[in-house]
Amino acid sequence: MVPLNWYLMLSTVVFMIGVFGFLTRRNIIIMFMSVELMLNAVNISLVSFSHYLQDMRGQILVFFIITVAAAEAAIGLAIIIALFRNKTTAHVDEMNEMKG
Amino acid sequence: MNNYLLIPSLPLAAFLINILLGRDFLKEKAHWTSILAVAGSWVVAVMTLVDVYGGGRVNEDLYTWISSGGFKVSVGFLIDPLTAVMLIVVTTCATLIHIYAVGYMHGDKGYYRFFAYLSLFTFCMLMLVMANNFLQLYFGWEGVGLCSYFLIGFWFDKKSAADAGKKAFIVNRFGDFGFGLGVIMIFLTFGTLDYTPVFGQVGGFALNTVNFLGYDVHLMTLIALLLFCGSIGKSAQMPLHVWLPDAMEGPTPVSALIHAATMVTAGVFLVARCNPIFSLSETALIVVALIGAITSLFAATIAIVQNDIKRIIAYSTLSHLGLMFLACGVGAYAAGIFHLYTHAFFKALLFLAAGSVIHAVHTNDIQKMGGLRKYMPVTYAVFFLAALSAGGVPGFAGFFSKDEIIWLAYASHSPVGKFVWIIGTIVAFFTPFYSFRLIFLTFHGKFRGTHEEEHHLHESPKVMTIPLMLLAIGAVAAGWVGIPHLLGGGANFAEFLKPVVGHPEAHGTHAEEWAVMGISVLIGFAGIGLAALFYLYRPELPVRVGQMFSGIYKVLYNKYYVDELYSFIIVRPTIWIAKNILIGITDARIIEAIVNGVPNAIGVFSQGLRRIQTGFLQHYATIMAAGVLIIVALMLLR
Repeated sequence: MVPLNWYLMLSTVVFMIGVFGFLTRRNIIIMFMSVELMLNAVNISLVSFSHYLQDMRGQILVFFIITVAAAEAAIGLAIIIALFRNKTTAHVDEMNEMKG
Repeated sequence: MNNYLLIPSLPLAAFLINILLGRDFLKEKAHWTSILAVAGSWVVAVMTLVDVYGGGRVNEDLYTWISSGGFKVSVGFLIDPLTAVMLIVVTTCATLIHIYAVGYMHGDKGYYRFFAYLSLFTFCMLMLVMANNFLQLYFGWEGVGLCSYFLIGFWFDKKSAADAGKKAFIVNRFGDFGFGLGVIMIFLTFGTLDYTPVFGQVGGFALNTVNFLGYDVHLMTLIALLLFCGSIGKSAQMPLHVWLPDAMEGPTPVSALIHAATMVTAGVFLVARCNPIFSLSETALIVVALIGAITSLFAATIAIVQNDIKRIIAYSTLSHLGLMFLACGVGAYAAGIFHLYTHAFFKALLFLAAGSVIHAVHTNDIQKMGGLRKYMPVTYAVFFLAALSAGGVPGFAGFFSKDEIIWLAYASHSPVGKFVWIIGTIVAFFTPFYSFRLIFLTFHGKFRGTHEEEHHLHESPKVMTIPLMLLAIGAVAAGWVGIPHLLGGGANFAEFLKPVVGHPEAHGTHAEEWAVMGISVLIGFAGIGLAALFYLYRPELPVRVGQMFSGIYKVLYNKYYVDELYSFIIVRPTIWIAKNILIGITDARIIEAIVNGVPNAIGVFSQGLRRIQTGFLQHYATIMAAGVLIIVALMLLR
């Protein structure tokens, strides 16, 4: 039996990798993957708590998150492609039209 | 008299048609609407006069205009002998002047606009004289003032005309302010603005006083003087006379209709209409008589040295208006209105004939005219008749009304009666003098312009000369309805107005009446004779006299420096305050500081704020992450 803490540590590590990747990488695809990492880190912690507490609601929530993440991935990739067509680059520093 | 409503509504309809359709559709035909409308009004006005002569009266409210608590004003009409006389004066002059304007304004780029304004003016003037309450009177009063402003400044691309329009409007504000206060006082006193209840109840307030600026003032004197303020402004009496000579910048038909025959006489009409109020206050009547007399003399003396043909006639108008007020001031309201009526004809004729002259020589300066009688026989003839009438030559219209005023001034009970009689008689010398000086300088002698100009001299077209001839009939014969008993007439005019304005008590024998008449007639002929001597036979004399009395001549030529005085005490201080205080301090330092300061402050703040928006996705993400960390830290450390 693997203790709950280990799962939570794994989740934290994955989440921090996601955050760090999102903040430091400039390639929009990699940033997108980092977001997915953060989502999955949350999923890990949800599943582990669900198992620990013997409550299936956590796992149901995970399915929702995966579904939503799939939809978000589809839309996100579409947006990235559209951006790429406009800018011919995937570098986020080039995308500063929102500058005030 | 069921159709009397047509009288004001026809010109109103013509105004609406012309102003809406004139520019694009009617164009050079715009005069048809206005002329047909005003001629229709004239026909109905004549029918109304016949009805009124037969004893018919109208006094009815048609429509509740304002109803607020105890304040209730209707749109209503009062038709009595005074109104009927005014209707005839206004519609007759307006019709003939409209026709004349077809020739005078031919080819002007504002042709439709001119006729639209004339119609609007006619409407307002008719509303003024037909009102049965003070607020509607005030409406018409302001309406004619507005039209006067439009028409003086008709050629607004000429700066002097635009300035003259402004001057007329602003000077009238002073008078109308008093008039407005007078109307308010009437409402506060009587609780209504309708003529009938107000004039019915005045007797009950004859002895009341009111606290005004800390003094107990006789109520009726206060109301009468406040109303008279309006008259002073509108009828251009001293000290608000300055706008009328400048108003001559407008087209000549306008000068004839508005600034001679109708609008400027509204002040006299007001005094006559409110005679129950004025009669209760001896002080007010004395003020009216003195202001009238002083204006009359003052304007007549200026007129003798001016060189602008229209300004001379304008000063003559001032002088005659003064005579009308003089008459009202000694209680002879009917004589004042009689003079108003005859004056409308001969003065409109003088102006229109002057317009005909200007049309031919293209200048207003009589020193560049001369000898025109060969080229413009019709204009010369009617001008001569008008001058005889204005000068009070026996048999002509002006004689009967002027003689009536002078006699009633002499015979009245008024404490200033004899004084204003003397002034009236002096004016009776000046009036023919300046009128005939004008004729001799304009029509006699040799033409003083260039040969080129002489070549272009011509009589005006028929559309202008026919109204002149018709008006000439009025200028000669209009007075015959009021031939005094002394000369075998029936004084019908005064009898006709008696139900409205009463009859002044005249105290004097027939001998005195003959003497007063004789003196004024003789002195009038003396005026003509002197003018003939000066300007016909011995042209070097006026120059010598002018040099001999060069001081007086200069004062008269500069119109007693009244304009300069006003410029010094009112206009320049106002402009100084406007420039240095209102523009310099209030506007530049206070209003602009607020108006510009608020957006500037917001701008500076925003400039700082916009640096947050770098546009880099990761900056936002970092800030977000930092925020999350701070929140988590706070939760953990709590």
